[in-house]
Amino acid sequence: MDFAPVLDGFAVVLEPTNLLYCLIGVVVGMLVGVLPGLGPAATIAILLPITIGIEPVTAIIMLAGIFYGAQYGGTITSVLLKLPGEASSVVTVFDGHALARQGKAGTALGIAAIGSFIGGTVSIVALTFLAPLVAGFALDFGPPEYTALALLGILLVATVSGGSRLKAVIAACVGLLLATVGRDMFTGGERFTFGNLDLADGLDFVPIAMGLFGLGEILYNLEERHTAAAAPARIANVWPSRSDLKQSSGAIGRGSVLGFLLGILPGGGATLSSLAAYAVEKRRSKSPERFGNGAVEGVAGPETANNAAATSSFIPLLTLGIPANATMAVIYGALLVQGVNVGPRLVDDDPELFWGVVNSMYIGNILLLIMSIPLVGLFVRILRVRPAILAPITVLITLVGVYTVNNSVFDIVLVIVFGLLGYLMKKAGFDPGPLLLAFVLGSLLEDSLRRSLLIFDGDAFAFFTRPISGTLLAVFLLVVLYPVIRSALTRRRSAERPIDSKELV
Amino acid sequence: MTSAHDGAHTPGSPGGRTAAGASPQGGVDHVPSTLHDLEDAVHRLEAEAEHRPPPAGPATNLVVALLVVALGVAALVGSTELGAGSARTPGPGTWPLILGVLLVVLGIGLAVVARRTSDAERFSPATWSVLAGLATMVAFVAVIGFIGFEIPAALLCFVWLRFLGGEGWRTSVLVSLGVVIAFYLIFVAALSVPIPHLF
Repeated sequence: MDFAPVLDGFAVVLEPTNLLYCLIGVVVGMLVGVLPGLGPAATIAILLPITIGIEPVTAIIMLAGIFYGAQYGGTITSVLLKLPGEASSVVTVFDGHALARQGKAGTALGIAAIGSFIGGTVSIVALTFLAPLVAGFALDFGPPEYTALALLGILLVATVSGGSRLKAVIAACVGLLLATVGRDMFTGGERFTFGNLDLADGLDFVPIAMGLFGLGEILYNLEERHTAAAAPARIANVWPSRSDLKQSSGAIGRGSVLGFLLGILPGGGATLSSLAAYAVEKRRSKSPERFGNGAVEGVAGPETANNAAATSSFIPLLTLGIPANATMAVIYGALLVQGVNVGPRLVDDDPELFWGVVNSMYIGNILLLIMSIPLVGLFVRILRVRPAILAPITVLITLVGVYTVNNSVFDIVLVIVFGLLGYLMKKAGFDPGPLLLAFVLGSLLEDSLRRSLLIFDGDAFAFFTRPISGTLLAVFLLVVLYPVIRSALTRRRSAERPIDSKELV
Repeated sequence: MTSAHDGAHTPGSPGGRTAAGASPQGGVDHVPSTLHDLEDAVHRLEAEAEHRPPPAGPATNLVVALLVVALGVAALVGSTELGAGSARTPGPGTWPLILGVLLVVLGIGLAVVARRTSDAERFSPATWSVLAGLATMVAFVAVIGFIGFEIPAALLCFVWLRFLGGEGWRTSVLVSLGVVIAFYLIFVAALSVPIPHLF
C-alpha cells in the first residue's frame, strides 16, 4: 500500500479552514446529540445549503463531524435523563442511567467517551487499510454489478432498519419512482413532469432531504408535549477509576470489532451495532444479572460499537458509491451536489478528498474526547434550552436555506411538500430513510439496469452468469425470501406440535 | 429520535407515563438479552420517552394501503403512456412500469395485514397544531414574493413560539424580532442572498 496519499491527507486536514470546519462539525454534532428534536440526518440535511459555497473536502469533513459527533452527544442524555438523544444510544439507557442513579453518572460518561474514542480510532485505522482494497476490487464493476449492488443495498437498508419491512420497501419504491421525474437519460424525453418547467430537470436532492428529514421531523415533534427539561444533577469526577477501565476493556475491544463489521453492512450502522454489542456483552458476562443495574460493560460495549460503526459506514459510500444508511445517503447527496464523482475511482482520482475526510476523523475524535470529558458540564447546561424556541428557528433556517441553493421559490414549495410527506410517512409508520436512500440511488440503478439489459440482449437471467452480480443477486433473493421461509418453518413446527400431543394421549 | 422531556420527571425518579402496553416501571424492568427482545425494549423506551399518540385503527391502515396501490396504478398508467418498451429494448417507461407493479403488489400486501398493523399513529387533537404549523409555512411561501421575507418570518416565528410552543408573550415577541434581525443581517447584509426582502 502506498502511504504518500494518506500522509498528504493529513496536510489537507491541518489546513486552518478544514480544522475549523471539523471543529464546527463535531460541536454541532455534539449539540444535536444532546438536544432532543433533530437527529444527525436531519441536521446534515438542513445544513446542506451552507456546504454548497465551500470546498467539497471541507464540506464533507464538517458533515462527517456532525455524524460521529452526534454519537458522543447522544450518550449524555441517555445517561443523565434516561432520554436517548440519538437512536444509537438507546441501549446505553439500560445501564448508563442505572449508574447515574447510583451517583456514578461521571463514570458512565467517562467510559462512554473513552470507548467511543477507541472504537472510532480503531475503525479509522481499519478503514484506512480496507477501503482502498474494496475500491480496487470494485474497479472492474460494470452495469450488471452496479444493478445488483444498488438493489441489494436498498433492500438491506429497508429490511435491517427497524419497523415494518413491507413499509420500508414501499418507501424505497416511492423513492425510486421520484428519481424518475425529469428528463430520461437515454431518450431525453420528459417523464412525470406534468408540463411543469421546474420539474424538467428532475427533483432536486436538497429540498427532498431537507423536507423529509428536517421539516418532517419538526412537524412530527409538534404533536409531543413540550416542557422544559428537568435540570440534570451535577456530574462529579468524569474520569473512570482504574478498576472500571479494566472491567470494560474487553467490552471496548469487542465493541470496536463488532461495530466496525456491522457498520460496513448496508442497513447495519450505529443503531444495530449498539444493540448487538449489548447483547454480546450480556451473553458473555459471568454475571449477566448485573446488566440493567449499572454494569459498566453495558455502557462501554454499545458506545464503542456505535462509534466504530459510524466511522466504518463511510466505507461503502466512499469506495462503492453506495450509502449504507440514511445519514450516508444525505452525505452522498452532498457530494453529488458538489459535483464529486463518488465511486471506486474516488481514492485514486481525488485522494485529497478521500484521505482528507478519513484523516479528519482522527482530529474530530480527539476534539470530541476533549469535549466529552473536561467540557461535559457545558453541554449538560445546553439541555435547558427549550425545544419550543428552537423549532421555529430551525423552520426558518430550512425555508430560507433551501431558497439560497438555487435562488428559487419553487424549492421552498418543494421543501414544504416533502415536509408534509415526511410527517405523514412517520405518522403512518413509514421510515423516510429508505425513500431518500432509494432516491439518491435511483438514477444509478435505472441507468445500470437498462445498460445491463442492452448488454444481455434482454436476458434477465444473464445477471447470474457473472460471478459478482450473480452472488449479489443470490443474496438479494435470500434476503427477500428469508421471512417467507422462516414463517413457513415456524408454521410447520407449530403444526407438528398438536400431533405430538395426540400421540401422547 | 427522541424529543421533549416531561418536566415532572427528575433524574432520580424515572418512570411516569408509560406507552400503550408497557408496564409501569422504575428504571428498566426487564432487560432483554436477545437482539429481538432488545429491539422491542428499545421501541417501548422510545415511545415512552416521546409521549406519542396511540396506534391508529385498521381503517387508517387500509386507507394507507389503498393510497400505495393508487400510486402504483398511477405509475403504471404513466409508464404505459411513456412507452413501456421490452426487456430487449428498455424504454423510458420500463423502469416506472416495474416500480408501479411492485407498488401495487406491496400495497395489496399492506391491505392484507392492515388488521395486524400497529405502527401507524392515530390523529390526535395535537394534529391541529401540525396543520397550523404547516399553514404558517404555506403562508410564508405564498407572500414572500410580494412583501419579502421579514414580516412573514416574524409572524411564523411568533405563531410557533406563542401558540404552538406555549411560550410567554414577551419571549415570543422578543425572540421573533431577534430571529428576523439575525436572519436579515446574515442572509441579506452579510451573504447578500437575493431572497425577496422588504428593506
